[in-house]
Amino acid sequence: MSVTKSAHKTAHEAQCACHAAEAPDPLAPEPFRVVEVKQEIEGCNTLIVEPETDEAKKLCMYAPGQFHMIYAFGQGEVPISISGDPAHSNRLVFTIMGVGPVSDALTRLKEGDKVGLRGPFGNHWPVEKAAGRDVLLVAGGLGLAPLRPAIYSILAKRDLFSRVMLLYGTRKAESILFQDQLAEWNKHMEMNVSVTVDTADEHWGGHVGLVTELIKETNFSPSRTIAMICGPEVMMRFSAGALLERGMKANQVYVSMERNMKCAVGLCGRCQYGPYFMCKDGPIFSFDQVEHLYKVREV
Amino acid sequence: MKDAMPAVCIDRADFDSVIKALAGDGYNVVGPVLREGAIIYDEISGVSDLPEGWGDEQEAGTYRTVKRNDKALFGHNSGQQAWKKFLYPSRERLWSAQGDNAEFKIEPNAETPPKYAFVGVHACDLRAIEIQDIVFMNPETADPRYGKRREGAFIVAVNCAQSAKTCFCAAMGTGPRAESGFDLSLTEIIEANAHYFVATVGSARGETLMQKIKSRPATDADLQAAATRTENAQKQQVRSLDREGVKELLFSSYSDAHWDKIAERCLSCANCTMVCPTCFCSKTEDTTDLSGNHADRWRLWDSCFTVDFSYIHGGSIRKQVASRYRQWMTHKLASWIDQFGTSGCVGCGRCITWCPVGIDITEEAKVFREEKMDPRLRGDDEVVKGTKQ
Repeated sequence: MSVTKSAHKTAHEAQCACHAAEAPDPLAPEPFRVVEVKQEIEGCNTLIVEPETDEAKKLCMYAPGQFHMIYAFGQGEVPISISGDPAHSNRLVFTIMGVGPVSDALTRLKEGDKVGLRGPFGNHWPVEKAAGRDVLLVAGGLGLAPLRPAIYSILAKRDLFSRVMLLYGTRKAESILFQDQLAEWNKHMEMNVSVTVDTADEHWGGHVGLVTELIKETNFSPSRTIAMICGPEVMMRFSAGALLERGMKANQVYVSMERNMKCAVGLCGRCQYGPYFMCKDGPIFSFDQVEHLYKVREV
Repeated sequence: MKDAMPAVCIDRADFDSVIKALAGDGYNVVGPVLREGAIIYDEISGVSDLPEGWGDEQEAGTYRTVKRNDKALFGHNSGQQAWKKFLYPSRERLWSAQGDNAEFKIEPNAETPPKYAFVGVHACDLRAIEIQDIVFMNPETADPRYGKRREGAFIVAVNCAQSAKTCFCAAMGTGPRAESGFDLSLTEIIEANAHYFVATVGSARGETLMQKIKSRPATDADLQAAATRTENAQKQQVRSLDREGVKELLFSSYSDAHWDKIAERCLSCANCTMVCPTCFCSKTEDTTDLSGNHADRWRLWDSCFTVDFSYIHGGSIRKQVASRYRQWMTHKLASWIDQFGTSGCVGCGRCITWCPVGIDITEEAKVFREEKMDPRLRGDDEVVKGTKQ
């Protein structure tokens, strides 16, 4: 059982100036408990975690598109976007694909296990800016997870938005995330959901092809739309290009980027992208901020 | 500062008392020492540890210590080490965790930070420390480990009386004279019959220290002698870097073919980033003991020249050496300005000296500039863009 820092203060600390300025350590994780594990697709689990201390509770207030650093005991930390509903301020939800030692360890966690968290970090999707307009959400593969908090927020205040459309592309039908929710969202006509897969077998009755094809086929008014794109960088590049071709301006299009990251507070220097730190200036950029960098290899 | 204490002179014979007084105040005193053919920074216990009579010759890819024809204590230029190895150690435990997957507790690193006194900090390195302060002591994300070491550190600056051929602090506006940011600054004066230091106090701590040191008031002639020394150092500088518009220049050069030319020589060895006094990039390492119940998280210096640095699942972003050199130089001279309000280069010249193939950042900057000036070489399709929006 952990106690808040102030309760720990001794008489010496209370009087002594040398402890007065004791700053919190931005690199020290707070304790969270895994309360639910749900397998989404092969190799990809959603973890629901709850804070173990008052200090940890503060980490549960976030905006759609933000991320946390998650520590798996003895393995290390990785940045993971929040995939839950921002209205739930007593828990955090992460959808994690095992692609390396730490994310693998996170997908092996069971209910009752513990993780360390830091965050939330980064900026957020332009949900407020999208009010009164059409919203076009474009997701590729696992990129639907970081968009889901934006979807929850938009649907919670559905009246504020005009048409809301989700265009979602995955490699194959087995890789489609949140299938029940996709159907649910579509059924109530709250959001127009279109799904496409790169390759399909005879059991697939839907669209086959790239998500950029859906962009070409979708009916929206470019001048009054905000687009939010999340997926592999090449997919975002082509999607943004397709949206610009449809007549959208670069400052109406948003992308969520990914880079190697160790600290998430601008100290490790790894997540630089041109003049930006992904952790502080991103991960979400309006396309006019990064369009010139998208044209350069290996930035 | 209120009523700055007037400059004084400390005789060479009394200089040992400065080091002894700092040690007496509980400081780990660190200064230049001659070791294995190089002048590096290490703990010193007295003036006899200093590299008396030693200087150095430097060129791109070249460093050698040479005997001077005087007995100067600080007659050397930048060595391959910067002071960052003390304030920002190359390997440091961030915290530990005790337990297992089901239950563990994070324990902060309880080690008491050492209290350092740095003796012999050149103006360029002083600015480098200030630049790392901006990185590590930003109030919102301050690293408490760095902060504790930095706040405790006592700084004795030494104004350079000579420059190496790789020095370009004057062009970067950081030296050779230290104007602020020190507790005490010294200019070493060696004349036919005199060897002494002109000392300027820069803080209350410096003033308190000077009360313990035998000194005499500095005359106008002493101050003039000190000024002449740093002027000479500046005149000796043969390299320069035009700071005017260098950010826009590099931001508009992302697709320039010259990066490939540099990459033909660059070994991607990371020397430049290790010796750079401002480079701060790091990686982390997680280790466990044999029981598996104790884990440590470490922070280590890393370099944008490694393949791992930009690795995300699926591969590294910067596979080409050209991309890595471009990242380093563009960060140092351009994006640093957007990120931290200052250039990341202080003109110490270490990256030039310690590059095994002698790549020279000042020369490379010139090439990009000349290309842009020469309409025959200028690609007009490149948009000058890149500043944070």
